[in-house]
Amino acid sequence: MKTTLLEEASVQAASRKMRPGEGRTVSAEIVRSLGGPVLSLVVPILFLAMWSFLASYTGNEIILPSLGNVTELLIRPGQSLISMGSLASNIAVSLMRVLAGYILAVAIAIPTGIVMGYYSLIFRLFNSFLGLFRPIPPLAWVPLVLAWFGVASMANLFGIQEGKLYVYLNNMKLSMISIIFIGAFYPILTSAMYGVRNVRKTLVDSARVLGAGESDIFLKVLLPGSAPSIVNGMRIGLGVAWMCLVSAEMLPGSLSGVGYLITHAYTVARTDIVIAGMISIGIVGAVLDFFFRKIEDRKFTWQRLAR
Amino acid sequence: MAASCPMSLERKPPVTVLRVQGLGKYYLTERGRVQALSEINLEIGENDFVCIVGPSGCGKSTLLRIMAGLDTASSGKLYHRDIPLEKPQKEIGMVFQEYSLLPWRSVLDNVALGLEFSRVPKNKRLHAARNFLDTVGLREFGDALPHELSGGMQQRVAIARALANNPDLLLMDEPFGAVDAHTRILLQKELLRIWESNRKTIVFVTHSVDEAIYLADRIVLISARPGRIKEIMEVPMPRPRDRANPEYGRMAARILDQLEQEVSARRDIG
Repeated sequence: MKTTLLEEASVQAASRKMRPGEGRTVSAEIVRSLGGPVLSLVVPILFLAMWSFLASYTGNEIILPSLGNVTELLIRPGQSLISMGSLASNIAVSLMRVLAGYILAVAIAIPTGIVMGYYSLIFRLFNSFLGLFRPIPPLAWVPLVLAWFGVASMANLFGIQEGKLYVYLNNMKLSMISIIFIGAFYPILTSAMYGVRNVRKTLVDSARVLGAGESDIFLKVLLPGSAPSIVNGMRIGLGVAWMCLVSAEMLPGSLSGVGYLITHAYTVARTDIVIAGMISIGIVGAVLDFFFRKIEDRKFTWQRLAR
Repeated sequence: MAASCPMSLERKPPVTVLRVQGLGKYYLTERGRVQALSEINLEIGENDFVCIVGPSGCGKSTLLRIMAGLDTASSGKLYHRDIPLEKPQKEIGMVFQEYSLLPWRSVLDNVALGLEFSRVPKNKRLHAARNFLDTVGLREFGDALPHELSGGMQQRVAIARALANNPDLLLMDEPFGAVDAHTRILLQKELLRIWESNRKTIVFVTHSVDEAIYLADRIVLISARPGRIKEIMEVPMPRPRDRANPEYGRMAARILDQLEQEVSARRDIG
């Protein structure tokens, strides 16, 4: 498709005798036929060029490591770094933590949001109360969360003392999961609440007239009707959860994870690992976001096209 | 009555499907109490086609919502086949003015919705839904999503959906209000065809006098707020009705005149 457009453009350009002033339209055509992919690469390439120039100019690996060193780390994520395991294994640990806190947030925020969106009494009871906590940054909860949970982990919670499961669960400190939970909770709650409030009243009324019980209203009208909004909130919530990761992994008791890798690499002046860690956080976040967008595109065409 | 004409199939005593007694409705707003409806008395008999006409804001849609059990009356009583009506009943179907199909479900799944709520097995309810979709002439659109259909077609699906629940009373709240004039006339014809084939009882709210005369056995004229019944008139013409019939024109002129009085009386108060 792209090549044919390009061919067309070049054939058109060749078949015409170039007159003054015509060059502009032809080049515009070529730019258009090359499309977004090429255009979107222009700025990153400039950025990378600037980076390597500045790196060689400063010549100090601690202030700004060279592009090559960081790339080296990123293309071989399996190699062991400063005695803390590999980049890949640290990302895996971080992902597990984020997912644990995130799944908890999804499980609590969606039902709460739907009920608050539907029953105006419950909305009025809870909305201003929950609104008080909304502006508090997840990081501000760290001292309190530490006082409550200390270094207790999921392993302590489930009473598991040994084995492989212990290693996994002990990596998930309750304090970290709480911070991630708080970060993801509000975007999901808000989107579920407003998703339900925006379901047209006629849809609920018509379902009731057709004999829908209360559970039918929730499961067959409100949930699917607010699903586009909820999935959007889940996408934003996952982004926030992922962003809370570094602060969560700076908490005591943490000996792994990308957040810990970054802070630990900083203390031993390995700026290249810091940057490689930052880039992998960015890439994983973007990939998660991409998958959510795909789901939104595929499942909710009705929402863009309805009415 | 019973003595003079012996019981036969043609002359059953009229059965009242819905009885409205002294119904009133008010709302509480910031400006105080607003009386929307007052002293409504109405009997809807089996197989009746009743149109409710009135100036906008007279509470005719509110009356219909109360009949559907979606809203409660502030005073008075409402009986569906002699049983007090308090909440929506499967036997009372409703077609709304706004498009009310679930936009994420296929047309067929929308028609089957009521049967799904009654826990009818899947293949049975889809089979029934296909038949009702056929009734409104949309058999081949079962797999489409509602937004792929025109406004008029969506309302036909909404009618099929209401019929699939097999109601004995069908309430229609300006169902053709949002479609263009030409489609509207086609939909009116189609509704009459459906009504004549299965003889549901229909209460139809409209602000179009023409529509009311074309469709109804009886027209209930509601006054400006607070809505009261101003007049109930029979439409004596046989169906299909000819809009060129002088009687049709006279009736329309009379109703329009009454409506105009209502609107100007209201302006005098305001």
